[in-house]
Amino acid sequence: MAATQLQCRECAAQYPLEARYVCSRCFGPLEVGYEHEPMTDVGAVRRRIQGGPQNIWRYHDFLPLEGPQPQTRTGLPAGCTPLIRADRLAAKLGLREVWVKNDAHNPTHSFKDRVVSVAATRARELGFDTLACASTGNLANSVAAHGAALGMDSYVLIPADLEEQKILATGVYGTNVVKVRGNYDDVNRLCTELSGDRENWAFVNINMRPYYAEGSKTVAYEVAEQLGWELPDRCIVPIASGSLFTKIARGFSEWIELGLLDGDVPIMDGAQATGCSPVAAAFAAGADVCRPVKPDTIAKSLAIGNPADGPYALDLARRTGGCIDAVSDEQIRGGIRLLAETTGIFTETAGGVTTAVLAQLAERGKIDRDERVVLVITGEGLKTLDAVRDSFADYEVDPSIDSFEAVFGAPVTA
Amino acid sequence: MAITIKLPTQLRDAAGGAPSLQADGATVGDALESIFTQHGELRERLYQDGDLRRFVNVYLGGEDIRFLDGLDTAVPDGGELTILPAVAGG
Repeated sequence: MAATQLQCRECAAQYPLEARYVCSRCFGPLEVGYEHEPMTDVGAVRRRIQGGPQNIWRYHDFLPLEGPQPQTRTGLPAGCTPLIRADRLAAKLGLREVWVKNDAHNPTHSFKDRVVSVAATRARELGFDTLACASTGNLANSVAAHGAALGMDSYVLIPADLEEQKILATGVYGTNVVKVRGNYDDVNRLCTELSGDRENWAFVNINMRPYYAEGSKTVAYEVAEQLGWELPDRCIVPIASGSLFTKIARGFSEWIELGLLDGDVPIMDGAQATGCSPVAAAFAAGADVCRPVKPDTIAKSLAIGNPADGPYALDLARRTGGCIDAVSDEQIRGGIRLLAETTGIFTETAGGVTTAVLAQLAERGKIDRDERVVLVITGEGLKTLDAVRDSFADYEVDPSIDSFEAVFGAPVTA
Repeated sequence: MAITIKLPTQLRDAAGGAPSLQADGATVGDALESIFTQHGELRERLYQDGDLRRFVNVYLGGEDIRFLDGLDTAVPDGGELTILPAVAGG
């Protein structure tokens, strides 16, 4: 394993690679540090990656795990999702090259399978017998499914008012679904307290958070590999806690430093819903910390009012020349329709946020027409069906030609 | 006034291993000051430049004090404060 230690992002204190997420000196977040061998033959490294399994374990050299056989690390392989060139979407927005990274193609239909695969595998290596999480829904699906696949008990804690589809798609795996009467930030606070008392539980996004977050780097690795070992010019990524947003950039920068990619980290644009936009608000105000908010948006998977990685997301957007924008619930519904009607990809509300922010930035003239843009779609539309209910007309006819023609007219004869 | 302050595991070594401490004061800031007099290391862990560090959350009765009046938030007699790391979740 190339991972060598956990280190504090704030004060650089170092810790061993154990189940620990916060610096005991300054409370700063811990992240995984690596020491990679210098790469003398980049082509050989690229070929080895390309010869790896069709899932995130092809990148195991860049992930914080010990075992030598990545194929055996999980029964629910994530990643290697499609990157689709979206010419009709690009044309509609006046752009030339837009790609959609469709992470709804993961086993439980969201990018969360990447992070949970890494966290659950590391949890097993560290001897935990139970998985747990604080979730806005997609993480709940993934933790429950990974628990089932790995034979581990699991507890998923969610806000009680979550979309029914996400609750059903969690409970089916035989997990313990715990509906908390409160919002996500209340759930997160409860789980943070619980994690201190239950030492045999691996809370994937609390005490396992440094490992969990590393899984998001694989989005960047895949995009670069799918673009023929090239970097995009710009990525549009949704922001809830800010972890995915910052770790995608980290994935690119690691590979640039190692010589696997040539160029600069892309312009990183973050996408939030106006009804929960603490990071976008801080970006607009020029602040370097986020003021927490009480979420009120249909984009429940992004409804984190107190984002843990907010300061780092702000820094990243500014450093790369990007911005963090917010869109209304109406725009989110429009974004879902725009993506569906131009690409055939049906995304959940978070993807509506990301697509609507892309449209908004294009309209404002923020995106150069010649840029290569990657839109990161994190989840599946079937999980948030209410967002598209009554958004289109349909037709009801009797099973007869007359009835059909009464609506659509007679066929045109030559 | 008697206030209970619940400590996260990460802070307990700086408070003699105790999971919670008894404090006095009319506000959150005063209550924290009162525990710093007994356990001086806690100040350095929780504060930077006279304010709470940015990755420290303090809750009064389950509500983040940043939604209230911050360190000036009034604490009732018998109130309970909870200190937690802010870096969880997502």
